[in-house]
Amino acid sequence: MTSIPAPIPTVTADAPRQSRPGRNYTLYVGLTLFALIVLAAIFAPLLTSADPLQQNLLQARLAPGSSGHLLGTDDLGRDVLSRILFGARIDLKVGVLAVLIPLVVGSMLGLLCGWWGRWFDTIVMRLVDIVVAFPFYVLVIALVFALGQGTRSIYIAISAVGWVAYCRIVRGQVLVAKEQEYALAARASGLPTWRILVRHLLPNVILQAIVYAMSDIVLSILAIVTLSYLGLGVAPPTPEWGSMIAEGQNSLLTQWYLATIPGLCVVVVGLALALIADGLVNQFNKR
Amino acid sequence: MQYALYVLRRLLTLIPVLVGITFIVFLLLKLIPGDPAVTLLGVHATPKAVAELHQQMGLDKPLYQQYLTFLGHLLQGNLGQSYQYRGVSVSSLVFSNLAPTVWLIVVGTVFAVAITVPLAMISANRPGSVTDGAVRAIPLAGIGLPSFWVGIMLILLLGLKVKVLPVSGFGTSFGGHVQHIILPALTIALAQLPILIRSLRASMLEVLGSDYIVTAKAKGLSRSRVMFGHALRNAGVASITVLGVNLAYLVGSTVAVEKVFALNGVGFQMYNAILGRDLPVVQAITLIFAVFVVTVNLLTDLAHAALDPRVRLG
Repeated sequence: MTSIPAPIPTVTADAPRQSRPGRNYTLYVGLTLFALIVLAAIFAPLLTSADPLQQNLLQARLAPGSSGHLLGTDDLGRDVLSRILFGARIDLKVGVLAVLIPLVVGSMLGLLCGWWGRWFDTIVMRLVDIVVAFPFYVLVIALVFALGQGTRSIYIAISAVGWVAYCRIVRGQVLVAKEQEYALAARASGLPTWRILVRHLLPNVILQAIVYAMSDIVLSILAIVTLSYLGLGVAPPTPEWGSMIAEGQNSLLTQWYLATIPGLCVVVVGLALALIADGLVNQFNKR
Repeated sequence: MQYALYVLRRLLTLIPVLVGITFIVFLLLKLIPGDPAVTLLGVHATPKAVAELHQQMGLDKPLYQQYLTFLGHLLQGNLGQSYQYRGVSVSSLVFSNLAPTVWLIVVGTVFAVAITVPLAMISANRPGSVTDGAVRAIPLAGIGLPSFWVGIMLILLLGLKVKVLPVSGFGTSFGGHVQHIILPALTIALAQLPILIRSLRASMLEVLGSDYIVTAKAKGLSRSRVMFGHALRNAGVASITVLGVNLAYLVGSTVAVEKVFALNGVGFQMYNAILGRDLPVVQAITLIFAVFVVTVNLLTDLAHAALDPRVRLG
């Protein structure tokens, strides 16, 4: 069981053999794109004067490009651009925050598993085996179902499932790193264990976990969008990409853009984070 | 002999996993705020009726006993009664919807492999070329693809604009099933392409740099013989594991994809059970999906070990 990688997309060192000298454009483009998206979400009220919740049935179903509504309006006459921007606030916030707890908890457990080994490692790894046996979405959906709809449940569900990947990544790295000379030297010089772990091992093993966190943010955004599409995530009328797609699906024939635009937004966020992850890998391989 | 030992060792590791899975599924009941008996009977139930149902459901017993009862029923194939459809057993409900999901997963996997192999081969054949660049862009652009949204876009393009394929349901005949499964299967295939292409391309490049490929080329074998007969065979073995792991991810996305296409499989049923707050059905489907993943992981491991002796030696 332990030989199987996590059932989630992982970023692998894809093309280290082509390590070009010069600037890391992949990283810069990814960071710029992601920064633009985050800024657009933060400054949403400045970028659009329309209220994302304001209904106006007289101005319903306007096509993109209509005056005052760059991306048109939905069935209830709400401005699509403003709903997209305010939706980004929710999806990005939940996506990033839902990854933080698993990153910290999973990395800590992985560090201890790799360093200590023995019974602690055995217990945690058996737990990992059990969690990865569930398809990611199915367990998250079942947990959110049991805990009740809402962002709090999403945080709990994603954290309960997500720590596993970090634990495995960091554990694997520690197993290699602790036999290397700097770690042996730190041990031989009689440093306290916590100091060896935190000051010497952690900085060397955490990089891979951070690279993974980039694609994990995409995964957790996909989870929120999927849950909201199924009606288990962020409750309407709060603007959110997944529920916008669900609403847009009802008028697919007449207003194709209502379901299309929010989906494209998810793809662009995914692209930005994938570029950052790839760029980080290139950066580390260069060093 | 060595292989038999590996199989035995691998089977033994399943026991704690299966116990853990059933325990987590059992715990879903405990996570739900409020009293399941009240949920079942409605808020106007008399305290006496609630107490009776508690006894009937075993809710008055300690936790470990409740779990053992749950496990005992499970071993007899008894998954309980549906809350939503009174008097219908969960197992008959779930198993009657198994066929569309099995179709979806099998056809979806076939599509995924059929698209991945040629693209990864073309890309690895000339690393750095324009085609390679285009293929390498797929994982980047595709990582954030919500599978259900891919389905909606396919409905829009192939179902509504160009009316070539049915967009919902499962049909009534074999031919109807085939027609109805194409779009949903394509959806889940496209959603997992990014990871598959990335992994097969990477292992192809690794294999193409190895000594036996140089030898094969030096022997004067044709380019296609080297690529298919030698490189793909070896790169494919590593990718089987990735495919198996992905299958776990894929079955999870059937819930949303089946909803998009109103395909009455197990995933769609999970969605309906969630709407109807039908806990036993949610539990049963979660369990079935997990057992499916465990089985697929087992089979990929065994296949990997059969194809690559280094795995069972290590």
